Amino acid sequence: MIHLEKRPQPSRFWAGFTPILAVIATMIAGGIMFWMLGKDPLEAIRTIFWDPLFHETFGPYSRPQLLVKAAPLILIAIGLSLGFRAGIWNIGAEGQYIMGAICGAGVGLAFYPSDSILIFPAMVLAGAIGGWAWAMIPGLLKVKFGTNEILVSLMLVYVAENLLASVSQGLLQNPEGMGFPGSRNFRDFPAAYNTEIIGGTGMHWGVAAAFIAVIFAYVLLTRHMLGFQVRLTGQAPRAARFAGVNPTRLILFCLGTSGALAGLAGLFEVSGPAGQVTIDFNSGYGFTAIIVAFLGRLHPIGILLAGLLMALTYIGGELAQLMLGLPGAAIQMFQGMLMFFLLAMDVLSHYRIRFNKNATA
Amino acid sequence: MRAVKTLLAGVALAAGLAGAAQAQDKTKVGFIFVGPVGDGGWTYEHNQGRLAVEEEFGDSVETIYQESVPEGADAERAITQMALAGADLIFTTSFGYMDATVAVAEKFPDIKFEHATGYKTAPNVSVYSARFYEGRAVQGHIAGKMTKSNIIGYIASFPIPEVIRGINSAYIHAKKVNPDVQFKIIWAYTWFDPAKEADAAKALIEQGADVILQHTDSTAPQAAAQEAGNIITFGQASDMSDYAPMPRVSSIIDNWAPYYIARTKAVMDGTWESVSTWDGIGSGMVGIGEITDAVPADVKAEAEALRDSLASGEYHAFTGPLNKQDGSAWLAEGETADDGTLAGMNFYVEGIEGEIPSN
Repeated sequence: MIHLEKRPQPSRFWAGFTPILAVIATMIAGGIMFWMLGKDPLEAIRTIFWDPLFHETFGPYSRPQLLVKAAPLILIAIGLSLGFRAGIWNIGAEGQYIMGAICGAGVGLAFYPSDSILIFPAMVLAGAIGGWAWAMIPGLLKVKFGTNEILVSLMLVYVAENLLASVSQGLLQNPEGMGFPGSRNFRDFPAAYNTEIIGGTGMHWGVAAAFIAVIFAYVLLTRHMLGFQVRLTGQAPRAARFAGVNPTRLILFCLGTSGALAGLAGLFEVSGPAGQVTIDFNSGYGFTAIIVAFLGRLHPIGILLAGLLMALTYIGGELAQLMLGLPGAAIQMFQGMLMFFLLAMDVLSHYRIRFNKNATA
Repeated sequence: MRAVKTLLAGVALAAGLAGAAQAQDKTKVGFIFVGPVGDGGWTYEHNQGRLAVEEEFGDSVETIYQESVPEGADAERAITQMALAGADLIFTTSFGYMDATVAVAEKFPDIKFEHATGYKTAPNVSVYSARFYEGRAVQGHIAGKMTKSNIIGYIASFPIPEVIRGINSAYIHAKKVNPDVQFKIIWAYTWFDPAKEADAAKALIEQGADVILQHTDSTAPQAAAQEAGNIITFGQASDMSDYAPMPRVSSIIDNWAPYYIARTKAVMDGTWESVSTWDGIGSGMVGIGEITDAVPADVKAEAEALRDSLASGEYHAFTGPLNKQDGSAWLAEGETADDGTLAGMNFYVEGIEGEIPSN
């Protein structure tokens, strides 16, 4: 007879170990699925986890791409994790990501074809402000009127999507685009292009920003009063109030920071890897980042690793489609399994498993 | 010692070359798809084209594909990986892949690229598309004849010239046979999203539409129409004959197979050149699916006559007199639209209500 006994305190060992266990369980369950699809499970797993890093043809290209794919996820997830720790749920990072891209790209395109070195920094600033301002809407509504930030931030994603559609065929449309929607491509606008800092490494400015964000978040949470307040509010809201935490300030700080980081991610993406503002420029990073934040246990280092792992399954999944002819849906299932097992394994950190021989029901 | 090393290097080089030569015996053709191959519409038909290539050339060809590739930053990576995987010819089958295709093509000058529905070409990039608006003319004719409420619903995807052409063509030909006809257009901002498409169809039906035209790829609007009853629809991109004879009374079928086979052959023969292809009903790239018995015999006969005159080139779907929405003259009596205007079409013709989003 097996039964679960609630731990008085979540186990530290299991909290760290369950993500690894979840990856192993995903490999096994995913392997069975690939086998049922008529593919060699070992080869499929190797293609997803190994080939993007070490394949002789793909590796040199995919390794930098891992950073490119992971950077926006990490940048957004770091911001979200601050709020999530304090019980402030910004679900609309996708919208803030879009607004950052629109504002940042707008500033850049306004100065086309200037070659001033100030353009790119101005775009970065505008991107952060765009995302910040968009997140301030649910923030101010919450502190002034007590609205639910989950609903407001989520609804604003759809507003942002429509604004994106509007500017890509209006305000920011490429005047030389023959009536097709979409802005100029930043590739043809060197002063505003988010180029690789070191050629061939994938290290564009957004990747650098993601690493910096990880370090700042780590310092904030472990060494700074504000970080302590964030953690305290999440763990014991009443105690936090007695300790003099100002909830209004905290809500605006958490939403504002996550908005600004999401906006930055959008700007770096639109001016670099994506290259242009288009109707469907956003591809769900803002939502995937929520998963990354939880996969990384809301811890900066965890998020860094989770973002890279997520990117690996994306790129590995693409290679598996190409090389083995696995259907795209199977790859999504595989990623879903990873989330499922991670959440399921949580039971181990919160409960102790007891094997009881003479159980009485 | 050095001699041994050189020898080994030589052997390795020879082995490598032999391997490369062997790999080149098979022509590798890659496809980048915007939706899943099972979408029952746009991507499904492109995948049918891929399977036709396999069938035509058997062992001398290998095809690879990647489905549901987003039209953003991910597209360039997907295309690059396909190039690295050794593809000789790559078809990128959605408008949003245009800049990514051109960018990758620059890095791989020896690989041939074919981009669907775009306009940017390069020495190793061709573009191809189909004159779907010819099929829309036939749909418009049937729709105008069949509607009782005189309200025709249109689920549009993105406001790009291809979609706007379709709306205009359908409207012109519906109006021709039914002067009271009115179009209600919903922009779904997606090519494939069954839930969104079903919502759009339901909203249009609630507004009184009894004919639904769609420029999105799933069969969800067909299912919604079937559920509502007494609504007619048209298959989009694919025949969608599962919904025949009602609600689906006809369809526009994209038939890419002959083009894909011809282009693959050209790569094999070394005769591939960068071209811009825009074919219609005449060449078979656009097919009109069987018109079911839900349509009265005389309407069916008229629609087929219209189809045949479009195929032979004796009639052009955009023939004057036509005015733009704002009332300004566009085409004079008997004048037909030139391809340049059609390719960049960003205006409605006179009589359509509403605005193209943010134009």
